[in-house]
Amino acid sequence: MTQTPFYDQHVSSGAKIVDFHGWEMPLQYSGIIDEHKNLRSNVGLFDVSHMGRFKITGTSAENCVQNLLTNDVTKIGDLQAIYSPMCSESGGILDDVIAYRINEDDFLMVVNSSNIEKDFAWVVSHSQDAHVENITDQMALLALQGPASEEVLKAAGLELNELKRFHLITTKMFDVDCLLARTGYTGEDGFEIFFSSSHTEIWDKLLEIGTNFGIKPVGLGARDTLRLEAGLMLYGNDIDEKTTPLEAPLSWTVKFDCDFIGKSALEKQQVERKLVGFEILGTNRIARKDNAVLADDLKVGIVTSGSFSPTLSKSIGFCFVPVSVSDEQTIQIEIGNKPYDAKVTGTRFYKRG
Amino acid sequence: MSEIQFTKEHEWILMKDNIGLVGITDFAQKQLGDIVSVELPSVGNEFKQNDAMAIIDSVKASSDIYCPIDGKIVAVNEELLQSPELINKSPFESGWIVKLEPSNISQLENLMTEEQYNKFVGED
Repeated sequence: MTQTPFYDQHVSSGAKIVDFHGWEMPLQYSGIIDEHKNLRSNVGLFDVSHMGRFKITGTSAENCVQNLLTNDVTKIGDLQAIYSPMCSESGGILDDVIAYRINEDDFLMVVNSSNIEKDFAWVVSHSQDAHVENITDQMALLALQGPASEEVLKAAGLELNELKRFHLITTKMFDVDCLLARTGYTGEDGFEIFFSSSHTEIWDKLLEIGTNFGIKPVGLGARDTLRLEAGLMLYGNDIDEKTTPLEAPLSWTVKFDCDFIGKSALEKQQVERKLVGFEILGTNRIARKDNAVLADDLKVGIVTSGSFSPTLSKSIGFCFVPVSVSDEQTIQIEIGNKPYDAKVTGTRFYKRG
Repeated sequence: MSEIQFTKEHEWILMKDNIGLVGITDFAQKQLGDIVSVELPSVGNEFKQNDAMAIIDSVKASSDIYCPIDGKIVAVNEELLQSPELINKSPFESGWIVKLEPSNISQLENLMTEEQYNKFVGED
């Protein structure tokens, strides 16, 4: 089992620890619903140091990253980031990543923890002339998310200069060099902070300085409910190698005027199924991954994610259905061999005001 | 007989005037985390010992609740339908789940005492 640099701090703050793809991670501290609601109204701090980080450098770094990703990497400037699927030749999603461009010759790619080894082998084998290094163990990654996250950073003495979403700066926080990006996985304003893994005091200092703003640590449980409400995909649940970005609601990340691995397969794909949101009607029984989706008593699809929405107090989820299924249509979700009515919705259940 | 008793599936039963009050333990509610839905049996339903009689959904997991001894449901805690979190807040009092009229009271002898249960879950 692998631990992040902050493991001892999680244990001493009473976190319930779970095995997450071989990582001993905090599932919850005060409780999933409490952490979720507090982040939506105040601010929360996550340890996401289990996410994989690759450094891609050299004069062909930009070409290398563009070839790997379906989104248009050339449209971002220095100190900007982009979200993108990374596909195989057949168009299946190997992972969904955020690529941070330091400059033309220097990119940082953040990948899912469950895919680190697979992704690293893939990126290295398609590195062209670029140099690829797995720096996951050398770097800590914290996510400070929620409407008060900017105020917390200002209280810590940072000058953000109206840093825009998906932009980044190199700066110092508590005298430690860090890379600060306005990115996240919660549907709220927020930041992700990269720094040397030796500086574990940053976790404590952010919690301390955030006290006045109502900060609470947040575990993987609320990370899942937050991203689900915000309509964000979870690799291994909603998307995988058997899923293409055109079936998932990720068509907006596929730029056919760029050249990338999987392009010709995606150009030819006849899309037959789509990932939609659903809301279970009349009960808060929770749908779980792999529950069957029924329409007119026939199995037409499968649940990929399901949970409780603390913001809406409803049972929600994502599922795959045939493209013929329409928005607002009533389907059934089978939970424990019993069908429950559900309404087809968009994937975005929550949009910040 | 008025001592609380426990099952290996983490239910408790407390007999009073020949009716058993049934719920889940504090250990169980902590393991489940935030409870968001409870499906209750109907009054009059009869269950054998260890039959699934109710379903609890927490944010992370779904769990069957098993009948601790043979019997007939004589009341259910309808407040749980609106406020399932009562089980988290008060598992032994306002978070009770059903009242049961036992049909084989001798089965109580197979259940654990509080001391045995605490040892069973490693919280002694």
